[in-house]
Amino acid sequence: MRFFGRLRDAVGGELEVEVPGDVIDTEQLRAWLGVQHPTLLDASVKMALDDRILVAPQPIEGAREIAFLPPVSGG
Amino acid sequence: MIVLAPDPIDPPALLAAFTRAAGGAGAIVSFSGIVRADDGVTDLWLDHHERLTLAAMEEVSAVAARRFGLVDLSIVHRVGSVAPGEPIVFVAAAATHRRAAFDAVHFVMDRLKTAVPLWKCERRGQDRKWVEARPQDHADAARWESP
Repeated sequence: MRFFGRLRDAVGGELEVEVPGDVIDTEQLRAWLGVQHPTLLDASVKMALDDRILVAPQPIEGAREIAFLPPVSGG
Repeated sequence: MIVLAPDPIDPPALLAAFTRAAGGAGAIVSFSGIVRADDGVTDLWLDHHERLTLAAMEEVSAVAARRFGLVDLSIVHRVGSVAPGEPIVFVAAAATHRRAAFDAVHFVMDRLKTAVPLWKCERRGQDRKWVEARPQDHADAARWESP
């Protein structure tokens, strides 16, 4: 898993974890990580799975990369 | 040309190359964003995702090209450390007429601030402060939603 922007400082840039068997989709993963890192529960934090920004929960089985994206600030 | 640049960029050189390539356009508009030396900022650090960020910039470019009927469009955005006084972003649009070129640059800048995965961190010595788009940035971007 990768974390960007302010989440780098709050959580770390990258994290490899063993996920419990009952965590099967991206929103369950967010909720599980959110116990330790509540900032991930903010509705403004988007998730991407294998380079696609998600609008609905997706199964995490077989995912190569899950990214957490806080509100952006380019330009 | 859609580029994420880890090294300093040279807007006059980018504009010269863009102008040469955009043969036949009647109007070229460019914008260069420069890092301000606000309140002791020593540098900005730009975070990005190597694939998502470029894909989002390409999407913004495709939407702008369609919407404004552009001849050509260039977006070059720095990533990594950018010092005050250095360019952070360059956008140029070429169109048949001036209004489309002005509007396209405006549109692209509004989208860069609100819809492209880029994150600014203001660094003041050892202090770090992550920046998020301001309400005004979202209001600016929302103007393009209405017909």
